Amino acid sequence: MEQFQIHEWIPLHLGRLNLSFTNSAFWMLVAVACATLLMLNMGRARELVPGRWQALAESLYDFVAGMVRDNVGDGGKPYFPFIFSLFLFVMFANLLGMVPLAFASTSHIVVTFALALFIFVGVTVIGFAHHGLHFLSFFVPQGVPAWLMPIMVPIEVVSYFVRPVSLSVRLFANVLAGHVILKLFAGFIISLGALFSLLGVLPLAAVVVFTGFEIFIALLQAYVFTILTCLYLNDALNMAH
Amino acid sequence: MDPAIGKYIGAGLAAIALAGAGVGIGNIFGNFLNGAFRNPAVADQLFGRAMLGFALAEATGLFGLLVSILLLFVL
Repeated sequence: MEQFQIHEWIPLHLGRLNLSFTNSAFWMLVAVACATLLMLNMGRARELVPGRWQALAESLYDFVAGMVRDNVGDGGKPYFPFIFSLFLFVMFANLLGMVPLAFASTSHIVVTFALALFIFVGVTVIGFAHHGLHFLSFFVPQGVPAWLMPIMVPIEVVSYFVRPVSLSVRLFANVLAGHVILKLFAGFIISLGALFSLLGVLPLAAVVVFTGFEIFIALLQAYVFTILTCLYLNDALNMAH
Repeated sequence: MDPAIGKYIGAGLAAIALAGAGVGIGNIFGNFLNGAFRNPAVADQLFGRAMLGFALAEATGLFGLLVSILLLFVL
Protein backbone atom coordinates (compact mmCIF):
# COMPACT_ATOMS: atom_id res chain seq x y z
CA MET A 1 0.00 0.00 0.00
CA GLU A 2 2.92 2.37 0.10
CA GLN A 3 2.43 3.09 -3.59
CA PHE A 4 -0.27 5.48 -2.38
CA GLN A 5 1.98 7.23 0.11
CA ILE A 6 2.25 11.00 -0.26
CA HIS A 7 5.85 12.25 -0.15
CA GLU A 8 6.63 15.91 0.41
CA TRP A 9 9.24 16.90 -2.16
CA ILE A 10 9.48 20.58 -1.25
CA PRO A 11 8.26 21.10 2.34
CA LEU A 12 6.40 24.33 2.90
CA HIS A 13 4.65 24.79 6.22
CA LEU A 14 2.95 28.10 7.01
CA GLY A 15 1.93 27.87 10.65
CA ARG A 16 -0.56 25.00 10.70
CA LEU A 17 -1.06 24.97 6.94
CA ASN A 18 0.79 22.31 4.99
CA LEU A 19 1.38 23.65 1.49
CA SER A 20 4.22 21.32 0.53
CA PHE A 21 4.82 20.36 -3.04
CA THR A 22 4.08 16.64 -2.96
CA ASN A 23 4.47 13.83 -5.47
CA SER A 24 0.72 13.97 -6.00
CA ALA A 25 0.97 17.66 -6.92
CA PHE A 26 3.85 16.93 -9.28
CA TRP A 27 1.97 14.24 -11.18
CA MET A 28 -1.13 16.42 -11.41
CA LEU A 29 1.09 19.14 -12.92
CA VAL A 30 2.44 16.57 -15.38
CA ALA A 31 -1.14 15.69 -16.36
CA VAL A 32 -1.92 19.36 -16.97
CA ALA A 33 1.34 19.72 -18.94
CA CYS A 34 0.43 16.71 -21.10
CA ALA A 35 -3.02 18.12 -21.80
CA THR A 36 -1.55 21.54 -22.63
CA LEU A 37 1.19 20.06 -24.80
CA LEU A 38 -1.31 17.93 -26.67
CA MET A 39 -3.78 20.65 -27.45
CA LEU A 40 -1.49 23.66 -27.90
CA ASN A 41 1.43 22.14 -29.77
CA MET A 42 -0.03 19.14 -31.54
CA GLY A 43 -3.37 20.81 -32.14
CA ARG A 44 -1.72 23.86 -33.67
CA ALA A 45 -1.28 22.30 -37.12
CA ARG A 46 -3.95 23.35 -39.55
CA GLU A 47 -3.41 20.90 -42.37
CA LEU A 48 -6.50 19.82 -44.24
CA VAL A 49 -5.39 16.21 -44.15
CA PRO A 50 -4.24 15.90 -40.54
CA GLY A 51 -1.20 14.08 -39.34
CA ARG A 52 -1.38 11.72 -36.38
CA TRP A 53 -1.13 14.20 -33.51
CA GLN A 54 -3.46 16.71 -35.11
CA ALA A 55 -5.95 13.92 -35.76
CA LEU A 56 -5.75 12.85 -32.12
CA ALA A 57 -6.28 16.39 -30.83
CA GLU A 58 -9.15 16.98 -33.25
CA SER A 59 -10.85 13.68 -32.47
CA LEU A 60 -10.66 14.32 -28.71
CA TYR A 61 -12.13 17.79 -29.24
CA ASP A 62 -14.87 16.43 -31.47
CA PHE A 63 -15.67 13.63 -29.03
CA VAL A 64 -16.18 15.98 -26.09
CA ALA A 65 -17.96 18.57 -28.24
CA GLY A 66 -20.39 15.90 -29.39
CA MET A 67 -20.90 14.81 -25.79
CA VAL A 68 -21.72 18.36 -24.69
CA ARG A 69 -23.95 18.98 -27.70
CA ASP A 70 -25.92 15.76 -27.23
CA ASN A 71 -26.33 15.93 -23.47
CA VAL A 72 -26.55 19.63 -22.66
CA GLY A 73 -27.81 21.10 -25.90
CA ASP A 74 -26.97 24.53 -27.23
CA GLY A 75 -27.04 26.16 -23.80
CA GLY A 76 -23.98 24.15 -22.87
CA LYS A 77 -21.60 25.83 -25.30
CA PRO A 78 -20.18 28.33 -22.74
CA TYR A 79 -19.29 25.43 -20.48
CA PHE A 80 -17.49 23.39 -23.13
CA PRO A 81 -13.94 24.62 -22.29
CA PHE A 82 -14.39 23.58 -18.67
CA ILE A 83 -15.78 20.18 -19.57
CA PHE A 84 -13.01 19.59 -22.11
CA SER A 85 -10.32 20.54 -19.59
CA LEU A 86 -11.98 18.29 -17.01
CA PHE A 87 -12.00 15.37 -19.43
CA LEU A 88 -8.36 15.84 -20.42
CA PHE A 89 -7.22 16.27 -16.81
CA VAL A 90 -8.98 13.17 -15.51
CA MET A 91 -7.89 11.11 -18.52
CA PHE A 92 -4.23 12.09 -18.25
CA ALA A 93 -4.18 11.82 -14.45
CA ASN A 94 -5.58 8.28 -14.70
CA LEU A 95 -3.26 7.26 -17.55
CA LEU A 96 -0.18 8.68 -15.83
CA GLY A 97 -1.06 6.57 -12.80
CA MET A 98 -0.52 3.49 -14.99
CA VAL A 99 3.05 4.51 -15.82
CA PRO A 100 5.49 2.38 -13.75
CA LEU A 101 7.03 4.26 -10.80
CA ALA A 102 4.57 7.14 -11.29
CA PHE A 103 1.89 8.12 -8.82
CA ALA A 104 -1.86 7.93 -9.42
CA SER A 105 -3.12 11.27 -8.15
CA THR A 106 -6.76 10.26 -8.64
CA SER A 107 -6.30 7.36 -6.23
CA HIS A 108 -6.79 9.78 -3.36
CA ILE A 109 -10.34 10.68 -2.39
CA VAL A 110 -9.31 14.26 -1.61
CA VAL A 111 -8.40 14.90 -5.27
CA THR A 112 -11.55 13.36 -6.76
CA PHE A 113 -13.78 14.84 -4.07
CA ALA A 114 -12.35 18.32 -4.70
CA LEU A 115 -13.18 17.95 -8.40
CA ALA A 116 -16.65 16.55 -7.74
CA LEU A 117 -17.49 19.15 -5.07
CA PHE A 118 -16.38 21.96 -7.37
CA ILE A 119 -18.60 20.59 -10.14
CA PHE A 120 -21.55 20.08 -7.78
CA VAL A 121 -21.39 23.56 -6.28
CA GLY A 122 -20.82 25.08 -9.71
CA VAL A 123 -23.78 23.27 -11.27
CA THR A 124 -26.05 24.23 -8.37
CA VAL A 125 -25.02 27.89 -8.63
CA ILE A 126 -25.60 27.74 -12.40
CA GLY A 127 -29.05 26.29 -11.78
CA PHE A 128 -29.99 29.03 -9.34
CA ALA A 129 -28.51 31.71 -11.58
CA HIS A 130 -30.53 30.51 -14.57
CA HIS A 131 -33.84 29.79 -12.91
CA GLY A 132 -33.78 31.68 -9.63
CA LEU A 133 -35.79 30.09 -6.85
CA HIS A 134 -37.80 28.16 -9.45
CA PHE A 135 -34.82 25.80 -9.50
CA LEU A 136 -36.17 24.32 -6.26
CA SER A 137 -39.02 22.80 -8.27
CA PHE A 138 -36.40 20.38 -9.57
CA PHE A 139 -36.95 18.35 -6.39
CA VAL A 140 -40.67 18.06 -7.04
CA PRO A 141 -41.12 15.61 -9.91
CA GLN A 142 -44.07 16.06 -12.22
CA GLY A 143 -47.09 13.83 -12.17
CA VAL A 144 -46.66 12.71 -8.57
CA PRO A 145 -49.84 12.68 -6.42
CA ALA A 146 -49.82 15.08 -3.48
CA TRP A 147 -49.89 12.41 -0.78
CA LEU A 148 -46.64 10.95 -2.15
CA MET A 149 -44.80 14.28 -2.01
CA PRO A 150 -43.54 14.09 1.63
CA ILE A 151 -41.73 10.86 0.70
CA MET A 152 -40.57 11.81 -2.81
CA VAL A 153 -39.12 15.25 -2.09
CA PRO A 154 -36.68 14.16 0.67
CA ILE A 155 -35.62 11.23 -1.51
CA GLU A 156 -34.99 13.60 -4.42
CA VAL A 157 -33.05 16.02 -2.21
CA VAL A 158 -30.89 13.25 -0.73
CA SER A 159 -30.20 11.75 -4.15
CA TYR A 160 -29.17 15.21 -5.37
CA PHE A 161 -26.76 15.76 -2.51
CA VAL A 162 -25.26 12.30 -2.90
CA ARG A 163 -24.12 13.24 -6.43
CA PRO A 164 -20.66 14.62 -5.54
CA VAL A 165 -20.08 11.64 -3.26
CA SER A 166 -20.95 9.07 -5.91
CA LEU A 167 -19.06 10.96 -8.62
CA SER A 168 -15.88 11.12 -6.56
CA VAL A 169 -16.07 7.65 -5.02
CA ARG A 170 -16.64 6.03 -8.43
CA LEU A 171 -13.39 7.40 -9.84
CA PHE A 172 -11.41 6.97 -6.61
CA ALA A 173 -12.50 3.39 -5.90
CA ASN A 174 -11.90 2.27 -9.48
CA VAL A 175 -8.35 3.63 -9.57
CA LEU A 176 -7.54 2.44 -6.04
CA ALA A 177 -8.93 -1.07 -6.55
CA GLY A 178 -7.12 -1.42 -9.87
CA HIS A 179 -3.76 -0.46 -8.44
CA VAL A 180 -4.17 -2.63 -5.34
CA ILE A 181 -5.01 -5.67 -7.48
CA LEU A 182 -2.03 -5.01 -9.75
CA LYS A 183 0.28 -4.83 -6.72
CA LEU A 184 -1.25 -8.03 -5.33
CA PHE A 185 -0.76 -10.08 -8.48
CA ALA A 186 2.72 -8.69 -8.96
CA GLY A 187 3.54 -9.99 -5.49
CA PHE A 188 2.24 -13.40 -6.52
CA ILE A 189 4.74 -13.50 -9.41
CA ILE A 190 7.61 -13.36 -6.96
CA SER A 191 6.19 -15.83 -4.49
CA LEU A 192 5.07 -18.39 -7.07
CA GLY A 193 7.96 -18.06 -9.47
CA ALA A 194 10.73 -18.12 -6.90
CA LEU A 195 13.81 -20.14 -7.84
CA PHE A 196 12.92 -23.18 -9.96
CA SER A 197 9.17 -22.98 -10.42
CA LEU A 198 7.64 -21.84 -13.71
CA LEU A 199 4.26 -21.16 -12.08
CA GLY A 200 5.18 -17.49 -11.90
CA VAL A 201 4.13 -17.18 -15.54
CA LEU A 202 0.45 -17.36 -14.56
CA PRO A 203 0.35 -14.24 -12.37
CA LEU A 204 2.56 -12.53 -14.95
CA ALA A 205 -0.06 -13.15 -17.65
CA ALA A 206 -2.72 -11.92 -15.23
CA VAL A 207 -0.76 -8.72 -14.57
CA VAL A 208 -0.30 -8.06 -18.29
CA VAL A 209 -4.00 -8.58 -19.04
CA PHE A 210 -5.08 -6.58 -16.02
CA THR A 211 -2.79 -3.69 -16.94
CA GLY A 212 -4.53 -3.51 -20.30
CA PHE A 213 -7.89 -3.61 -18.54
CA GLU A 214 -6.77 -0.85 -16.16
CA ILE A 215 -5.81 1.41 -19.06
CA PHE A 216 -9.27 0.85 -20.51
CA ILE A 217 -10.81 1.62 -17.11
CA ALA A 218 -8.71 4.82 -16.89
CA LEU A 219 -10.16 6.06 -20.18
CA LEU A 220 -13.67 4.86 -19.35
CA GLN A 221 -13.72 6.54 -15.93
CA ALA A 222 -12.64 9.83 -17.52
CA TYR A 223 -15.50 9.48 -20.02
CA VAL A 224 -18.04 8.60 -17.31
CA PHE A 225 -16.93 11.48 -15.06
CA THR A 226 -17.32 13.91 -17.95
CA ILE A 227 -20.63 12.61 -19.21
CA LEU A 228 -22.13 12.66 -15.72
CA THR A 229 -20.96 16.26 -15.37
CA CYS A 230 -22.72 17.02 -18.66
CA LEU A 231 -25.90 15.33 -17.41
CA TYR A 232 -25.84 17.25 -14.12
CA LEU A 233 -25.27 20.46 -16.07
CA ASN A 234 -28.23 19.54 -18.27
CA ASP A 235 -30.37 19.04 -15.17
CA ALA A 236 -29.41 22.51 -13.98
CA LEU A 237 -29.79 24.33 -17.29
CA ASN A 238 -32.85 22.61 -18.76
CA MET A 239 -34.77 21.27 -15.78
CA ALA A 240 -36.22 18.20 -17.40
CA HIS A 241 -37.93 16.73 -14.39
CA MET B 1 -13.33 -11.17 21.47
CA ASP B 2 -10.76 -8.80 20.10
CA PRO B 3 -12.31 -5.77 18.38
CA ALA B 4 -9.85 -6.19 15.54
CA ILE B 5 -11.52 -9.49 14.62
CA GLY B 6 -14.77 -7.60 14.03
CA LYS B 7 -12.98 -5.35 11.56
CA TYR B 8 -11.76 -8.27 9.45
CA ILE B 9 -15.12 -10.03 9.52
CA GLY B 10 -16.81 -6.76 8.56
CA ALA B 11 -14.37 -6.23 5.72
CA GLY B 12 -15.12 -9.68 4.38
CA LEU B 13 -18.86 -9.18 4.67
CA ALA B 14 -18.69 -5.80 2.92
CA ALA B 15 -16.95 -7.34 -0.07
CA ILE B 16 -20.05 -9.50 -0.72
CA ALA B 17 -21.61 -6.35 -2.23
CA LEU B 18 -19.49 -6.96 -5.34
CA ALA B 19 -21.78 -9.89 -6.21
CA GLY B 20 -24.49 -7.33 -6.94
CA ALA B 21 -22.07 -5.46 -9.16
CA GLY B 22 -21.39 -8.64 -11.13
CA VAL B 23 -25.08 -9.34 -11.63
CA GLY B 24 -25.76 -5.76 -12.69
CA ILE B 25 -22.90 -5.64 -15.18
CA GLY B 26 -23.93 -8.97 -16.69
CA ASN B 27 -27.46 -7.64 -17.00
CA ILE B 28 -26.32 -4.49 -18.77
CA PHE B 29 -24.08 -6.20 -21.26
CA GLY B 30 -26.65 -8.93 -21.90
CA ASN B 31 -29.20 -6.30 -22.81
CA PHE B 32 -26.63 -4.46 -24.91
CA LEU B 33 -25.85 -7.62 -26.87
CA ASN B 34 -29.55 -8.29 -27.30
CA GLY B 35 -30.09 -4.84 -28.73
CA ALA B 36 -26.97 -4.94 -30.87
CA PHE B 37 -27.95 -8.23 -32.46
CA ARG B 38 -31.42 -6.97 -33.23
CA ASN B 39 -30.26 -3.65 -34.67
CA PRO B 40 -26.56 -3.79 -35.66
CA ALA B 41 -26.70 -0.38 -37.34
CA VAL B 42 -26.95 1.54 -34.04
CA ALA B 43 -24.52 -0.74 -32.20
CA ASP B 44 -21.96 2.06 -31.75
CA GLN B 45 -24.48 4.41 -30.15
CA LEU B 46 -25.66 1.60 -27.91
CA PHE B 47 -22.07 0.86 -26.90
CA GLY B 48 -21.61 4.39 -25.52
CA ARG B 49 -24.68 4.06 -23.31
CA ALA B 50 -23.64 0.53 -22.35
CA MET B 51 -20.27 1.85 -21.12
CA LEU B 52 -22.03 4.53 -19.07
CA GLY B 53 -24.33 1.90 -17.56
CA PHE B 54 -21.37 -0.38 -16.85
CA ALA B 55 -19.53 2.36 -14.98
CA LEU B 56 -22.60 3.24 -12.90
CA ALA B 57 -23.26 -0.40 -11.98
CA GLU B 58 -19.58 -0.93 -11.14
CA ALA B 59 -19.63 2.17 -8.93
CA THR B 60 -22.34 0.74 -6.70
CA GLY B 61 -20.33 -2.43 -6.17
CA LEU B 62 -17.21 -0.42 -5.50
CA PHE B 63 -19.02 1.47 -2.72
CA GLY B 64 -19.09 -1.87 -0.90
CA LEU B 65 -15.43 -2.47 -1.68
CA LEU B 66 -14.72 1.03 -0.35
CA VAL B 67 -16.30 0.12 3.00
CA SER B 68 -14.14 -3.00 3.05
CA ILE B 69 -10.93 -1.06 2.34
CA LEU B 70 -11.97 1.59 4.87
CA LEU B 71 -12.34 -1.08 7.54
CA LEU B 72 -9.01 -2.71 6.73
CA PHE B 73 -6.72 0.26 6.33
CA VAL B 74 -8.31 3.34 7.84
CA LEU B 75 -10.29 2.36 10.92
